[in-house]
Amino acid sequence: MDKIIELRNITKSFDGEVVLDNISLDIYDNEFITLLGPSGCGKTTTLRLIGGFETPDSGDVLFMGQRINDVPPHKRNVNTVFQRYALFPHLNVFENVAFPLRERKVPREEIETRVEEMLAMVALKGFEHRSVTSLSGGQQQRVAIARALVGKPRVLLLDEPLAALDLKLRKDMQQELKNIQKATGITFIFVTHDQEEALSMSDTIVVMSEGRIQQIGSSQDVYNEPKNAFVADFIGESNIVDGIMLRDKSVSFSGHTFACVDGGFAPSEPVDVVVRPEDVDIVPAGKGMLQGTVTSVTFMGVHYEVIVDIGGFKWMIQTTDFVAEGEHIGLYIEPDAIHIMKKSEYSGLYGDYASFSNEFDELSDAESEGSE
Amino acid sequence: MTKKTTRRNLVTGIAASPYELWAVVFILVPLAFVAYYAFTDNSFRFTTANITRFFTATSSVAGEDGAGREVRTYLLISWRSLKLAAISTVVCLLLGYPLAYIISRASPKAQKTMMTLIMIPMWMNFLIRTYAWMTILQDTGILNNFLAGLHLGRVHIIGTETAVVIGMVYDYLPYMILPLYSIMAKMDHRLIEAARDLGCAPVGVLRRVILPLSMPGVVNGVTMVLIPSISTFYISQKLGDGMFFLLGDAIEGQYTANNLHFAAAIAFILMVALLAAMAVMRHLTSKYTYGGAAA
Repeated sequence: MDKIIELRNITKSFDGEVVLDNISLDIYDNEFITLLGPSGCGKTTTLRLIGGFETPDSGDVLFMGQRINDVPPHKRNVNTVFQRYALFPHLNVFENVAFPLRERKVPREEIETRVEEMLAMVALKGFEHRSVTSLSGGQQQRVAIARALVGKPRVLLLDEPLAALDLKLRKDMQQELKNIQKATGITFIFVTHDQEEALSMSDTIVVMSEGRIQQIGSSQDVYNEPKNAFVADFIGESNIVDGIMLRDKSVSFSGHTFACVDGGFAPSEPVDVVVRPEDVDIVPAGKGMLQGTVTSVTFMGVHYEVIVDIGGFKWMIQTTDFVAEGEHIGLYIEPDAIHIMKKSEYSGLYGDYASFSNEFDELSDAESEGSE
Repeated sequence: MTKKTTRRNLVTGIAASPYELWAVVFILVPLAFVAYYAFTDNSFRFTTANITRFFTATSSVAGEDGAGREVRTYLLISWRSLKLAAISTVVCLLLGYPLAYIISRASPKAQKTMMTLIMIPMWMNFLIRTYAWMTILQDTGILNNFLAGLHLGRVHIIGTETAVVIGMVYDYLPYMILPLYSIMAKMDHRLIEAARDLGCAPVGVLRRVILPLSMPGVVNGVTMVLIPSISTFYISQKLGDGMFFLLGDAIEGQYTANNLHFAAAIAFILMVALLAAMAVMRHLTSKYTYGGAAA
């Protein structure tokens, strides 16, 4: 696979506030790559640098090996699907899609065939003469995708394109986008704050926080082998506790010594230990490695979400077995369910479910959507 | 029974709609009076003589060779009014459009400051503004003294059509900028980015996105400048040295000569012509009103 875009040591600030802090990233041809992170992590700015709407303060943007820092957006072989679509309200569906072709003086017959082809691909045949303001959100989204792809760009940038759609439609569009990417072979750079969306669509995920890249890897990598507490917390649910690495394959936390599969740490090195809620088995009190008291039980449909107090630290456990609030239980953890991370600046910030509530989660989601 | 209900509906209808009442008292009734005076003679008997007079009255003007020439007085005045108003409107549009765009793209604080600066002259009486321009443009005025001071010679502006156009542009430019600015400020900046992204150079963005999206503002601005400038009167007298008698001057002259019926006829004809022109303009530009963008 060839590198199509390279970001080299890019720094960018707005009004003295550092938004991107020495970012380096290689993007390969024909890959579906997702920039994932909370609001203000710099993911949209990264996208805008590639699109040509921002220039880096320092560092270089390379497109197929050539420096394009100062190339204006209309001369880049890159197109964007904007957040909330940015369709032209004075043009109908056909003319919106034909817009880039008309600018390039493509012959009329060719415009006709290419626009029709695109509309067929996004299942909007027959909508040619409709006004874009009369379309539903999902339909507008499809027009935006057709318009961005009709010019056959090498790279498609997608800036939270699904954020405004309702859940059901969002799931359908995720699948559809993935199919379009496979069919066209165009590199997709997708920006989202929704970790589920990122996991289900991407070949590569770039997890970002505070203007820095935290981890680059496949969906499985970032979920199973998070690099630090931020990644572990942001992707999925995680219990993150302080531990001491006694020696390779042996770690001590919560007053117990566990067998694990990780190694390569200094003897007695303090570490962050991640245990995913679905990897903990509930056993009768007195058995298992850890003992705790159930403080809350929430029915989630497929499973129960159980919060367990273990020596003052609240663990989240997902289980299909019912336990009652107030019950004393034992916990059993398999060696390969324990993931060890080096201490980082994020240690101690995440992974305790003491203040956990679903409501709070949704609130912070809505916030990040609005501010970016 | 039925009659009673109808009457009650009528009463509550009027009570509930002060705006309609306002419109009737302050718009429809005065207009009806204008029409009534236009079609009656001094003893208030119906006549079309006033209207006919507008189209047929002749007078003698000196041609370029010095010889007297018979012209249709009021048609000539109408043509002159239309010409000066059209020139002023075009100049306002050419000045106002880029200015409105620049303001709409500035920081919120700068936008506020610039809009205030544009509004300030409107707080001054328009007679004073016109006198100010006389002082500037006179043969011995500020402008000529300035030019003379730079040894650039003097220019004769006062008493020319140029002076009248300058006066009108100065007075009516804010009416062009305001509707343009309000539509441009609402314009989604991402549409401009989208056009750039899809291959438009800045000129293409202007032609294919900004211009069509701002058309409702252009229509409103042109309407708001053209109508007052076509019926303006004082500016032409002061800055045109009385050389360019306009429709507004004609109406004013007939009123001050206590010739109310003919003055009403001129006003009536002007109003009908403007309404027709507006209807045509709205029709021609109706394709540019979309997505609630029209003001």
